[in-house]
Amino acid sequence: MLEIRDLHVQFHNRDREAVAGISLTIRDGEILGLVGESGSGKTVTAMSIAGLLPRKQCDYQGDILLDGDDLLHAQRALLRQMHGKKIGVVFQDPMSAMDPLMKVGEQVAEVLRIHTDMDAAQRRAEAVRAMALVELQDPESLYDKYPHELSGGMQQRAMIASAIVIRPSLLLLDEPTTALDVTIQAQILELLKKLNREEHISMLFISHNLNVVRKLCARVAVMQRGLIVEEGETEKIFRHPQHPYTKHLIEAIPTRESARRVKGERRAKKAAEATAAAKAAQGAAPSASAASAETREEGGIR
Amino acid sequence: MKSAAKRAGLCIVTMLIVSFLAYAAFALISGDPAQTLLGTDATPERLEQMRHQLGLDQPFMVRYLKWLLGFFTGDLGISYSYRQTVWSLIAPKIEVTLCMALISFVVIVAISIPAGILAAQRSNGKSGLLSTGLIQLGMAVPPFFTGILVSWGCGIVMKWFTPGDFPGLHSAKAATALRHLFFAAVCIAIPRIAMTVRMLRSTVIGEMNRSYVRTAISRGNDRRGVFLRHVLKNSLVPTVTFLAQTMAEIVGGSIVVEQVFGIPGIGRLLVASISNRDYPVVQALVVIMAFWVVLAGTAADLINQRIDPRLRLGGGE
Ligand SMILES: Nc1ncnc2c1ncn2[C@@H]1O[C@H](COP(=O)(O)OP(=O)(O)OP(=O)(O)O)[C@@H](O)[C@H]1O
Ligand SMILES: [Mg+2]
Repeated sequence: MLEIRDLHVQFHNRDREAVAGISLTIRDGEILGLVGESGSGKTVTAMSIAGLLPRKQCDYQGDILLDGDDLLHAQRALLRQMHGKKIGVVFQDPMSAMDPLMKVGEQVAEVLRIHTDMDAAQRRAEAVRAMALVELQDPESLYDKYPHELSGGMQQRAMIASAIVIRPSLLLLDEPTTALDVTIQAQILELLKKLNREEHISMLFISHNLNVVRKLCARVAVMQRGLIVEEGETEKIFRHPQHPYTKHLIEAIPTRESARRVKGERRAKKAAEATAAAKAAQGAAPSASAASAETREEGGIR
Repeated sequence: MKSAAKRAGLCIVTMLIVSFLAYAAFALISGDPAQTLLGTDATPERLEQMRHQLGLDQPFMVRYLKWLLGFFTGDLGISYSYRQTVWSLIAPKIEVTLCMALISFVVIVAISIPAGILAAQRSNGKSGLLSTGLIQLGMAVPPFFTGILVSWGCGIVMKWFTPGDFPGLHSAKAATALRHLFFAAVCIAIPRIAMTVRMLRSTVIGEMNRSYVRTAISRGNDRRGVFLRHVLKNSLVPTVTFLAQTMAEIVGGSIVVEQVFGIPGIGRLLVASISNRDYPVVQALVVIMAFWVVLAGTAADLINQRIDPRLRLGGGE
């Protein structure tokens, strides 16, 4: 459904290309993982897909095709038709990604206001439905709250709701859980899996965290210095990494895990309690049954 | 809403403190008002009688409270040099200055808000340089200088008003009076417009770079939608604060311009009263000006609480 062919992005104020010729496909209904160290060009790739590149500050070439439509070179007006409607984006830090002065529900419903001719009541009903879908409790009253009144996890759920309210075909997730604590992170991952399964939304999931990607994504691409150095089925790559950089990434995990395994039992118990407490406090519906299991392997490669 | 009440309460407390400090300070420096009014050759009996008449034989706090009440009843004592009640002296002057300040404020808002937004949207290249140049220029011209130019050009040459001859707001020539005030108001406004444009330009540019703007674009908003639905409201809080400060400062800034244009406002009265050591008048004017500043700040905070829900936190809900 999405095909990137030989994408190059060069910022005018940089020597090195931020993206130095990558090709990538996201298939219908899959979650593709994109991992790599800081500055490797993951966000720039996502921004190119979303049409959010600062076009005046960079040179770009290649093709990005979504169901045959060119996204990279499209006119602004045409891009706006795609924004929100066919492509939803969720950013890393939900607090700053939300407009502090707009009600949460209105932000969720904003895509509908732009792309549909629903009236206010219909938009509200749809927004509340989406907020319920991302397992926000009492969405009806949350609708009229402001972002600062929500916890980080709830904010990110609301951001996901706002990205999927119109049922886009592609969801771009740029480190959506990095700013959240571990238990909330696990819940959000469960939620993404559910949305992928039940709403048939394809996703590009960007992360630093190989373990998270392993759990969520059937396929993964590894980026280094603007290039994709390895791409394929996640399990295969985990078992037999080809590229030295990938090997290095994967080797970085077990050492941490083994160190953790010593305290594993106690931690898992604690985490389970924390999950329950957080759930109660945060008002998320009990979905993340695997949360405590996930916490055990929260190790990253950062 | 509780926080609004809290803010209003704070405003009243501030006014009480300010007025008390002013009263105490002037009581210290002004010596014996009875002596001042009657002159040095007054008999002791006459002085005693006068002191009683002025209420000076009462305790300090009682005198202070009576004087404070005077702001509502209009009894603020008697001017030393004009021999009339302070209130009847200052009331018409306040009217004139307030009128001029309001005209000036409207001019500032009407010009600098659209200009500031435009300057933010065209901040690159030649138009950016142009607006920076105009801002520098506007801030560099002091009101007394534009005042002299305008009284000469618009007053003496064009005869749109007569500098030094202010007809009064309630006279038959009220329209001329308003025109007179308008030209003075514009002179006060020019540097303020430049400052407001500069503030607004940097505020809007700053908001444009916040990440909620990226979110808004990713939802399919066009430039107008991003600006009107998100950036504008977020730029409002610092703007309201700045404008309130401007409103407070205009009144102070009117002193010089009233001299240049010959406008009988509180600025001129203040200057005259200070040189005459007319303490009751100075005291009343100082407190009124302080009240004005406190009131503007309070109004700004109340408006901002309505705009930004985060500012309502303080009062608890
Ligand atoms: N607006 C911009 N102007 C100039 N350079 C930029 C801009 N955005 C990104 N870059 C550069 O492009 C390169 C890739 O950045 P990118 O944000 O895609 O990395 P990333 O893989 O997302 O890293 P992280 O994991 O830290 O988010 C970096 O060298 C960065 O400095
Ligand atoms: Mg990034």
